[in-house]
Amino acid sequence: MNKKQQLKVVIVGHVDHGKSTLIGRLLYDTGSLPENKKAEIEAMSKKRGMETEWSFLLDSFQAERDQAVTIDTTQIWFKTSERECVIIDAPGHREFLKNMISGAASADAAILVVDAEEGIQDQTKRHAYMLSVLGVPQVAVVINKMDRVDYDENVYLNVRNDVLDYLAKLEIEPSFVIPISARHGDGLLQNSSNTDWYDGCSLIDVLNQFHVTSRNKNAAFRFPIQDVYRFHESRILVGRIESGEVREGDKIVLSPSNEMATVTGVKIWPDDETKASAQAGEVIGLTLDKPLFAERGHVISHEQDMPKIVSSFEMNLFWLSDEPLKVGGHYKLRTATFETGVTVQSIDTVLNTDTLQKTAGQEVCKLNVAKVTFRSRDLIALDEKALGTGLFRGVLVKGYDVVGGGNIAIENYPDQRPVVNKRLEHIYAVDHLLDAEERAESYGHEGAVFWLTGLSGAGKSTVAMRVERMLHQKGYKTYVLDGDNVRHGLNSDLGFSPEDRSENIRRVGEVAALMADAGLIVITAFISPYREDRDKARRAAKSKFHEVFIDTSLEVCETRDPKGLYKKARDGEIKDFTGISSPYEAPENPDFVVNSNSQEINDSVNQLLHYIEKQCSLVSVAHNKEKTFGT
Amino acid sequence: MTLFDDTINQHLDQLEAQSIYILREAYAKVEPLGMLWSIGKDSTTMLWLVKKAFFGRVPFPLIHLDTDMELPEVYEFRDRMPKEWDFELRVENCPPEENMDQTLPPASRAAARKTEGLKALIAREKFKGMILGIRRDEQSMRAKERVFSPRTLSGEWNYKDQPAEFWDQYKTDFPDDAHIRIHPLLHWTEVDIWRYTYRENIPIVPLYLAKNGERYRSLGEKNITFPVKSEADTLEKIIAELEATREPERAGRAMDHDSEDSFERLRASGYM
Repeated sequence: MNKKQQLKVVIVGHVDHGKSTLIGRLLYDTGSLPENKKAEIEAMSKKRGMETEWSFLLDSFQAERDQAVTIDTTQIWFKTSERECVIIDAPGHREFLKNMISGAASADAAILVVDAEEGIQDQTKRHAYMLSVLGVPQVAVVINKMDRVDYDENVYLNVRNDVLDYLAKLEIEPSFVIPISARHGDGLLQNSSNTDWYDGCSLIDVLNQFHVTSRNKNAAFRFPIQDVYRFHESRILVGRIESGEVREGDKIVLSPSNEMATVTGVKIWPDDETKASAQAGEVIGLTLDKPLFAERGHVISHEQDMPKIVSSFEMNLFWLSDEPLKVGGHYKLRTATFETGVTVQSIDTVLNTDTLQKTAGQEVCKLNVAKVTFRSRDLIALDEKALGTGLFRGVLVKGYDVVGGGNIAIENYPDQRPVVNKRLEHIYAVDHLLDAEERAESYGHEGAVFWLTGLSGAGKSTVAMRVERMLHQKGYKTYVLDGDNVRHGLNSDLGFSPEDRSENIRRVGEVAALMADAGLIVITAFISPYREDRDKARRAAKSKFHEVFIDTSLEVCETRDPKGLYKKARDGEIKDFTGISSPYEAPENPDFVVNSNSQEINDSVNQLLHYIEKQCSLVSVAHNKEKTFGT
Repeated sequence: MTLFDDTINQHLDQLEAQSIYILREAYAKVEPLGMLWSIGKDSTTMLWLVKKAFFGRVPFPLIHLDTDMELPEVYEFRDRMPKEWDFELRVENCPPEENMDQTLPPASRAAARKTEGLKALIAREKFKGMILGIRRDEQSMRAKERVFSPRTLSGEWNYKDQPAEFWDQYKTDFPDDAHIRIHPLLHWTEVDIWRYTYRENIPIVPLYLAKNGERYRSLGEKNITFPVKSEADTLEKIIAELEATREPERAGRAMDHDSEDSFERLRASGYM
């Protein structure tokens, strides 16, 4: 007889309600302990003057044992008569919620441990709430420490009702509520004679009954591109099928670009010519009949069942950072393999997980849960949760860290696909018979935009001109766009009002994108103080865009003051001067930073030159963007 | 193939898919990358997964941290494989034992030598990502690991404050002076490795197979690693043996038994 598939179970609940003891005892009772472990635990307990303390099994850190708090997610394997289980032990300490999330997000099922004496506590609620946001599909509740309440059925019933009431508000319906005593082993392997009033399942029965969750084969086909590998004769788009299935010959659409193609091959290694289809969960490569522009983050679907394309959305999120989330804040959003900048439009409600009360708020603090509206820099392909594709989960990143995550809701937002379509109709009405690759080959490098931003006097123009000269000497085709050469012609109709400045930058962005498309290395030198404006320029040039922050402090710029502008601004002769009387929004995640506060101009020039060469030379382009293998 | 039922095959398929996904994620987001190859069963399985992920290629160098104390069969295997599987191998000689912290128990010093060798290599070659074949079920410190695990320049691991890791979104942003350890086999168990090695027909160092009633379950330096009693002279028998045993995998590794905290000290300071 086939055994059932391995089950991943997370155990959650308030601190000291007995999670670690439960796990230790389960391992002992199922005969899963290595020979030396029981002796080790007995020795440890004895050393500390205690009776056998099952929780020591998991507390393998010295630090943990001394503080008696489980520090991090631990995984531990054991077998029942019917299957193998992996337990993910989640800590009860409030500070360590991110460890619990790391464990619970991949679990097939959760066991919520509640102390019979203490009943529901803060973390019982918080953890239950997290289970609902993380979408853990099956939940069982154990009412632990029944020995402490003389195995009293009424105590069990009271706690049970409280728990069920709270969970119902979260739309969690636990499959089982089991009375146990982990320390003494009651209710684990079989029902205990101490609780003969209970005739439901034992914990092991429950673990045997739970089913394993897998990616949805019956939902619409979704294939987020993870990477693009180029072999000398073919190009393979690799990734994991998140839902549905695909066959050779299927007509597919790339989102958000909305371009179409046909699947010519389903690739694995070692080569298997007979493989003509693949389904949810498989990690494969696809080849297409056309050399569409495809990159990491694009989502492939069937023509008849496409994801929605949005640029604003709501997110039901949990927050993990000490730094609160604020209206106007900028973050990176990751959905599957896609990543883009997002800005907080509004914080709609902040939820108190104890009372489940919703309040309005200006910020979301650590461990809070909230509903937040975002707008994104790029168009994003997403699905409604109900579609079952999984393409609704997002993670927020700030600086180097994941700071939050949650479920994205797009029900109330219009699909932008018609807009994309319209744009495509107009722009691609004529097929180019020459593509970027051919242009790059004839120039010997790729086209790109290097967008220099920084304060007046930071050294943007000086650096740009010097780098242009050096690139030219090395044989690159290059051009600098700066105030002088666009203000006189292209933008001679624009003044210096905020709207005109913004339009000035928009046009520069579009022109730079066209020139990069034509194969040139374009360097722009504008203060461009607003993120939104620079984001527009990025949208125009797409992956060819590199934001370069010329990072010179206001003090240094003001000391330099080559044109005497800072002095005039300080004297009030110039109004709306960036850095003095008008804001400069420094880049959040620039592609490259030139720190020119103290270093010699030559060093700044060389650094930027090196970066540009690395991005544009054909050898390293192959390495950075599309991976070329072999010869 | 009759050794496994569908459940086991499906489970191996899932483990394989997850590891390939992680390897491709590392390759897409971290550069330059290297991979430690200890020549043992785990990192050789990982090497096979690398070939699957990159369609037969191995697009980054493999590194052997050499203490000059491996068993001869290990060196024989090391010198044979790069040609057969077409990959670049760099042998990194580790600093000598007398340079190590003398308060460490003797059996832990080989591990300390490898730690130092790895640190020196990363500092010299400026690797931003290092792929390692550790598994959560090997040892309780390793059970705490993340798939993408940041290290400081000096190799330190801050296990008390690890990044949140969920929905396959890994920590791929980190400051210039840090690097990332990537663990594509973290979710595998010892018996998974053997079942997969058997199914995929992956070559192994013959010391794993029993000879004269003994075999190695885990390969380490020759002075501190000992064979266990076993009659398992085929992969089928190894799998059957593991399905029955409760003896831990690293029982033959002296360093694990030195003291309650030696592994913890090693790992926090950068040991694999």
